[in-house]
Amino acid sequence: MTGPSSAVVRVDAAPQPIRLRLTFTLLGYGALALLACLVAPLVGSTPISVSRAFDRSVPFADNIDAQIFFLARMPRVLAGAVVGAALASAGVVLQALLRNPLATPFTLGISAGAALGAMLAISAGAAVALGPISSVPLASLAGAFLATALVYALATRPGRPMSTAVLLLAGVTLNSFFSALILFVQYMADFAEAYRTVRWLMGDLDVGGFGPIAGILPLVLVAFALFATLPSSLNLLSVGADIAATRGVDVARTERRAFLSAALATSAAVALAGPIGFIGIVVPHLVRLMTGADHRVVLPASALFGAAFLVGCDLVARTVLAPVEMPVGIVTAMIGGPFFLWLLVRKA
Amino acid sequence: MFLQLQQVSFGYDPPSRRSRGAGPHGFSLRDVSLSIERGSLTGLLGPNGCGKTTLLKLMAGVLRPRTGTVLFDGRAIADIPRRELARHVAVVPQETHPAFDYSVLEMVLMGRHPHLGAFRLEGPDDLAIASDALTATGTAHLAGRSYMSLSGGEKQRVIIASALAQQPDVLLLDEPTASLDLAYQLEVAALLARLRGERGVTIVLATHDLNLAASLCHTLVLVREGRVLAQGATTEVLNSGMIRQLYDVEADVRFHHRSGHLTVVPIGRAQ
Repeated sequence: MTGPSSAVVRVDAAPQPIRLRLTFTLLGYGALALLACLVAPLVGSTPISVSRAFDRSVPFADNIDAQIFFLARMPRVLAGAVVGAALASAGVVLQALLRNPLATPFTLGISAGAALGAMLAISAGAAVALGPISSVPLASLAGAFLATALVYALATRPGRPMSTAVLLLAGVTLNSFFSALILFVQYMADFAEAYRTVRWLMGDLDVGGFGPIAGILPLVLVAFALFATLPSSLNLLSVGADIAATRGVDVARTERRAFLSAALATSAAVALAGPIGFIGIVVPHLVRLMTGADHRVVLPASALFGAAFLVGCDLVARTVLAPVEMPVGIVTAMIGGPFFLWLLVRKA
Repeated sequence: MFLQLQQVSFGYDPPSRRSRGAGPHGFSLRDVSLSIERGSLTGLLGPNGCGKTTLLKLMAGVLRPRTGTVLFDGRAIADIPRRELARHVAVVPQETHPAFDYSVLEMVLMGRHPHLGAFRLEGPDDLAIASDALTATGTAHLAGRSYMSLSGGEKQRVIIASALAQQPDVLLLDEPTASLDLAYQLEVAALLARLRGERGVTIVLATHDLNLAASLCHTLVLVREGRVLAQGATTEVLNSGMIRQLYDVEADVRFHHRSGHLTVVPIGRAQ
């Protein structure tokens, strides 16, 4: 042991070993996410007391505070956590894959594809279901796959890798194309339905109960299982496809798996809460500023921080105009829009 | 023979996914056979677009030949799993631009990937190997720095360190001195000679720098328009006749006593 450890000291004392960094990061961001999920339900238009909400001596049916905490607000907070984690992770994966820090499910049009699918299912009111997954997430998944397939074809075409300009233009094009189709679906819908879908399209975490969250959980779980296999390959892919191949990465398989998992996570998030924007770009960037670029740290940290971040944004959305509860998509766009512009300017 | 190409042909058309970033389309190698001895230092010479980079990629298993076979230590490269091959053959591309701001140590530790796989985290042994690679390339003092903030010469040495962290038997370099000033060119050349001498690493490098090749390489492979024009000992292959055939350039090739190797002075385009 003396040989290696003396050599380690010689390198540099500053960079901590990965194991330590991973543990600290996961504990830190995990605590943050947990805190957000516990504090957020306490805040709202009706003040409630923590001690009464958790008071077991009062039966649940008579405990108004507990009902507000667990039934009225907790689903919304949990939805925020799941959606935030899914979108932030999808952002990390797409950025590494396309070697571009501006790639996200939202800017690439994958969210819009998923939204179109979900809209069609909502409007049709189709009650098709595959096992535990109902028609809305399935249609959302189909839309996300369609958009992802287009991005994949662009990104892996022979010749030069996708430039920022091509990437952004492709995203703009896909977004406006899907938006047009969404408008068409809305136009054909009746008035009440149209109002409902407009609110959903703004990105709204008011999911109404635990049921919808359970409905998308299978997609989220598969996505995260795939995410878990990716980080060290993403490190190398973000350095270069050829260098990744000569370091033992199966590039084509990693690319397929990454696109698939990003599409799964995005479609689950969109099916639940509509196309909430900019989480996939704001969160990974803030995390990278704090932890460095290593994807083995950045990916799990972004999932946890994404959960905390969206729950926090939703807290603002619920309280800033109280008693009116805004869709959270308005808040994330207000933060994310300028942030995206800043990144674009800094990159250029 | 350690590394061997047997009647290898390769074409980029019809365009396929594999040709990504690999140069002009429609280009091909035709019927290339060559062998690299264990522990040798070989230079690939030839005009732009002659197929040097493609040859390196074929040797690294990044590209697969359309016909013919690439053998590593007697085994067809196509039959060797990617990760296993990466424990033996490492590549230093011409330029490396990561999309994110990794530290130098992180970049070098990525060289441990073929030994670790997707899930194992690097331990003290891997750090020791990375540290050793940093020391060997004279970049240990940069370990905590951001890779993006380095100069061209420093970046190139860090990428060589990252390749060394793979503990390869073969090191393939694509124009390792192209973006370096004179002092760094000499430094990289000295480093490569030392790696071969001290660690017995077999080295193949593609270069446009004939004097570097003359000073460093024992054997040369001359490539023109996808075919091998000549291969053999540097002292035999490097002469004005060959240079005319290779580049259409008239050049003086003389033994330089003070440096102890051949030097090439280009005179003008051949008529």
